[in-house]
Amino acid sequence: MNVSQGFKMAFASIFSNKMRSFLTMLGIIIGVFSVTVLIALGQGATASVTESISSMGSNLLTVNIMSRRNYDITADDIERLAESDNIMAISPYAATQATAKAGNENMDATVEGVTPQYLTIRNFAIAAGRGFIQNDLDRRFRVAVIGVDIADELFNTRDVVGKTINLSGVEFTVIGVMEEQGSSMMGSDDEHIFVPLTTGQRLMRNTQIRTFYASAASEDTVKAAKAEIEAFLSRELRSGPDSAENQWMIFDQSSLLETMNQATSTLTAMLGGIAAISLLVGGIGIMNIMLVSVTERTREIGIRKSIGAKRRDILFQFLIEAIILCILGGLLGILLGAVVIKVLGNILEISASMSANVVTLAVGFSMLVGILFGLYPANKASKLVPVEALRYE
Amino acid sequence: MARSMIEIKDVTKIYQMGETEVRALDGVDISIKEHEFVSIIGPSGSGKSTLMHVIGCLDVPTTGQYCLDGEEVSDLSENKLAQIRSRKIGFVFQQFNLLSKLSAVENVELPLIYQGVGVRERRERAIDALTRVGLGERCYHKPSELSGGQQQRVAIARALVSNPPLILADEPTGNLDTHSGEEILEMLTDLHEKGNTIVVITHDMEVAEATERMIHIRDGKITGDEEVMSA
Repeated sequence: MNVSQGFKMAFASIFSNKMRSFLTMLGIIIGVFSVTVLIALGQGATASVTESISSMGSNLLTVNIMSRRNYDITADDIERLAESDNIMAISPYAATQATAKAGNENMDATVEGVTPQYLTIRNFAIAAGRGFIQNDLDRRFRVAVIGVDIADELFNTRDVVGKTINLSGVEFTVIGVMEEQGSSMMGSDDEHIFVPLTTGQRLMRNTQIRTFYASAASEDTVKAAKAEIEAFLSRELRSGPDSAENQWMIFDQSSLLETMNQATSTLTAMLGGIAAISLLVGGIGIMNIMLVSVTERTREIGIRKSIGAKRRDILFQFLIEAIILCILGGLLGILLGAVVIKVLGNILEISASMSANVVTLAVGFSMLVGILFGLYPANKASKLVPVEALRYE
Repeated sequence: MARSMIEIKDVTKIYQMGETEVRALDGVDISIKEHEFVSIIGPSGSGKSTLMHVIGCLDVPTTGQYCLDGEEVSDLSENKLAQIRSRKIGFVFQQFNLLSKLSAVENVELPLIYQGVGVRERRERAIDALTRVGLGERCYHKPSELSGGQQQRVAIARALVSNPPLILADEPTGNLDTHSGEEILEMLTDLHEKGNTIVVITHDMEVAEATERMIHIRDGKITGDEEVMSA
């Protein structure tokens, strides 16, 4: 008996009992469906996290000084770091909570004092008006660049350049509006109120710098830039190497990316694992039905054997039937999964797509399930003694 | 001198039923030559079904020798027995034993499938065999759409299709009305006249009398072996 004959027989048997075949396949369909959908959604989430992190600039270094000691690092000290070849731009940063008012509207917001380089470092673009220039800092002008959410909230319009905004009782002139960023994992990027660093320090009555941002010259110099900043900090803070860890923290995007990716891929693997269990349950369903089918068809097996079918032929027939049930179920599951992924991707606004890997994996796995769980019933069928099988009613 | 087809020497078959041994066959000797038309007759429980299973290579004897068409088959493996069945024996059963989901022609094709005959040749030979039993017009009917006599003729076509040296019929008329039964017997007689070796197992004297030679079996032993005088 050849393979194509085996397939013909298997299809004939599957289609002669459509309802049962479908119910048998359902376990596999649901299993493959959930595996593909969950993995695709997990991968989609990973992709969007990666995208939002790298959109912040992959060369970005964020430095937080946590030292409790009274130190004396000025904005000028920090800006001198930019003289290094490894560091392209640097911006000290200071933030405070303030009440922002304009007309009758008011809201609580974070006011961030930055230097002209800041917007470049963070990849923020100006949609209207202008950004800061050194003169704004030197003369402590009361000017502000705001995000679109602030504009919407306080002015109900985005055409706000030249208007006045009141921050904790001090009036500022809006000189620029940032381009809409959309929201990321970190929350909305459109709720910023930026002021010149010097003006901000006066507002806060504090000149201590606890945070600054740096942009490495290129991705390759991130490490070198980090080392230089560390050297600078340990010099300024006079800290021994032992206490260094507790005095400051430097985040670079690649390590952040790595952490996030690790988290999401763990999540994906876990979801995939849970879904794989349902595939296993589907396989057990196949085995169950195949066993019933073998008993039901005992007489058929006896007839086939008496007219010359070998053990191998019978084994083959039932095994192929189980495998076809599984593969068919797998394909239907993938089809269903593809539709649902498309729909869910649109609803959740993540770029979820079914990867070729997942499809191959799902089909391969369901075939494996078919072989694994088809083998026992098929073997049982092939071992039937013809005389007894023929007697079976 | 015709070649020997079945050579059974001192065959016993013992079943273990719990504590007791049942000797279904007890020292059976049978010799059947090519082109013979033989009936094995005995009441139920006489061991004739067991004998049929041994002759048909569906089962192996506990002791003794069985030589079929010049090949020793008494201690072959299950796979070898399947090959022997496939090449040497055409079965006709009391229950017809057709696969209900297959059409007549697909049923007849089955033995050829297991012999590895190609699709086209298979179909041709199956249609040819069905034509020989007078069912050329009903190739694509399912067994349930055929009468008992017609179903048994499909079974005969299936037994014939691979041109086996031996046709083994187990109560071929047992499930048929008198008229259909006679038709089937005529058909077997006809096949015999065309040169087939046919062994019929039956408890029906009328059937046995249609053959040329009667072998009586009772309590697992051969009790008689006689030529049938044709009327």
